[in-house]
Amino acid sequence: MSSANQLLLEAKNVTKYFGTITALENVNLKIHAGECLGVVGDNGAGKTTLMKVLSGLYKPSAGSLHFEGKEKVLESPRDSQNLGLEMVYQDLALAGNLPIGENIFLGREPTTNLGLLKFLDYKKIKELTEAHLGKLKINVKSADQKVEELSGGQRQAVAIARSTAFNAKVVIMDEPTAALAIKEVGKVLDLINSLKKTGVGVIVISHRMDDIFAVCDRVMALFQGTNFAESELSNTSRDEVIGWIMGKK
Amino acid sequence: MDSKEQDKDSLYLKLIPYFEKYGILLLLVIMIVVMHFLQPDVFLSWRNVTNVFKQISWQSMLALGVFMVIVTAGIDLSVGSIMMLSLMILAIVAKAGAPWYIVVITPLIAGFLCGLFNGLGITLLRMPHPFIMTLGTLYIFRGTGNLISGGTPISGFTDEVRYLGHGRIDLTWLGLEKSQYLPVSLVLIAIVYIIFWIFMNKTRTGKWIYAIGGNPNAARASGINVNKILVIVYSLCGFLSGIGALILAGRTDSGYPNAGLQSELDAIAACIIGGASFFGGRGTVLGVFAGVMIMGILRNGLNLMDVSSFWQQVLIGSIIVLAVYVDVLRRDFGTRK
Repeated sequence: MSSANQLLLEAKNVTKYFGTITALENVNLKIHAGECLGVVGDNGAGKTTLMKVLSGLYKPSAGSLHFEGKEKVLESPRDSQNLGLEMVYQDLALAGNLPIGENIFLGREPTTNLGLLKFLDYKKIKELTEAHLGKLKINVKSADQKVEELSGGQRQAVAIARSTAFNAKVVIMDEPTAALAIKEVGKVLDLINSLKKTGVGVIVISHRMDDIFAVCDRVMALFQGTNFAESELSNTSRDEVIGWIMGKK
Repeated sequence: MDSKEQDKDSLYLKLIPYFEKYGILLLLVIMIVVMHFLQPDVFLSWRNVTNVFKQISWQSMLALGVFMVIVTAGIDLSVGSIMMLSLMILAIVAKAGAPWYIVVITPLIAGFLCGLFNGLGITLLRMPHPFIMTLGTLYIFRGTGNLISGGTPISGFTDEVRYLGHGRIDLTWLGLEKSQYLPVSLVLIAIVYIIFWIFMNKTRTGKWIYAIGGNPNAARASGINVNKILVIVYSLCGFLSGIGALILAGRTDSGYPNAGLQSELDAIAACIIGGASFFGGRGTVLGVFAGVMIMGILRNGLNLMDVSSFWQQVLIGSIIVLAVYVDVLRRDFGTRK
């Protein structure tokens, strides 16, 4: 496990073009172990693009990513996962037709290999799932429940459980509370706080000031694809952060 | 809510997954019982039962292939044409005097390559929907089959080539009569379905096929190479159509231009009746088998009762609509909105 305050991930001068559109320009970002960074910005400010660059879905047009001090080139989401960089997507990226456990281990299932064929180890999936859900204090009826039978908050919890099932060092969450009922928001925020305690660096992309001020230690604002402002949470206020989102300092 | 009512409610909820899994088998059993009462002397006779299995033998291969494709939320309209092209290639290779083991393997390779062509077309050409690619190859493959054969039937294969479709396993050593044999094609259906049941339910690739059907974005975000899995699925579907061609060669002793005409629709119908969802991610190998059997028994039973084939069409169509309506109702009960 990473020691406290160790620099885990750094993006240096990340630029991303889509044709003639500049989605990100010279964006810098740092995240330390056990820290929560809030990323705010208006629609189109480049939040989601930045996240997709960090997850390996997009390759930056310029700039570099450094993980634990070493420069890394991410070719695919698998590369970032292997580094311990995990995403929780806004649409959660869960397969509703599969049970909770199979979603948590999707793409990284424990298997017994027989020549070319890889047979799923269902027993191990179930054991690991129950242990992991227990560790995160996520309550569901059974690990065999299909995800489509869960409530929005439970699905979010499964998505977060999925992102942390493989010793994640940095978890990036896109609008983790956007689709939730009010009473479920608290549970998800508790989950983020408990992740921080285990030394995970958490990046929360959110529109909701309540979320940012409940869990984050630092907040940075993107405006039109550039770093606009950044501050320790204790040195700023809601009104100031809302001003940043609108492009006012 | 008092506790008694709650118990009733939870029992009902507990039954849903079983109904989902085995409801289609229940329908199959009901059909068999009804047919037995309508035709007590004939329907369950050895001869008729083996007949049903012989009749569904090649369709069951196409249906299984299309099923895997439907699980990925895709569709393969070309299976009938793949089977026809594979059959024609088999016939030409057989007529050229190739040894039987070459003749037997050619339709399998041809079918596999046709499926691979579909899979690569869908993924590399980034077709907006597999419907379009396979609609195109429905014409391409059948046209190619006609081109290479001149559009005329080619008949007469050796016994070895016909074994899978036409062979009989003698059961007289069990004290049964000579007419009470086991068709080889029945054994083949059982083996192929068991293999693909294991593939879909126990292997990682099978799980990924379901995941892609459930949410392709989730599969992609999980690092699954979705395109690679799709190519595998369409290739296997083509391969199964090739097996269908080999069975058909045995049954008819002939490669003919109309082979498998419109059989892609039968295959799709069997999957839908068997509970596979067009939206992907849902359906079982057992369900497809039940779907194939239901269609086979319906046709057989109606033939026995001398009902016109026009009524068969009406009935099969009605069953499709009914089966999907039941699926819609089940979704209403089982899924949170």
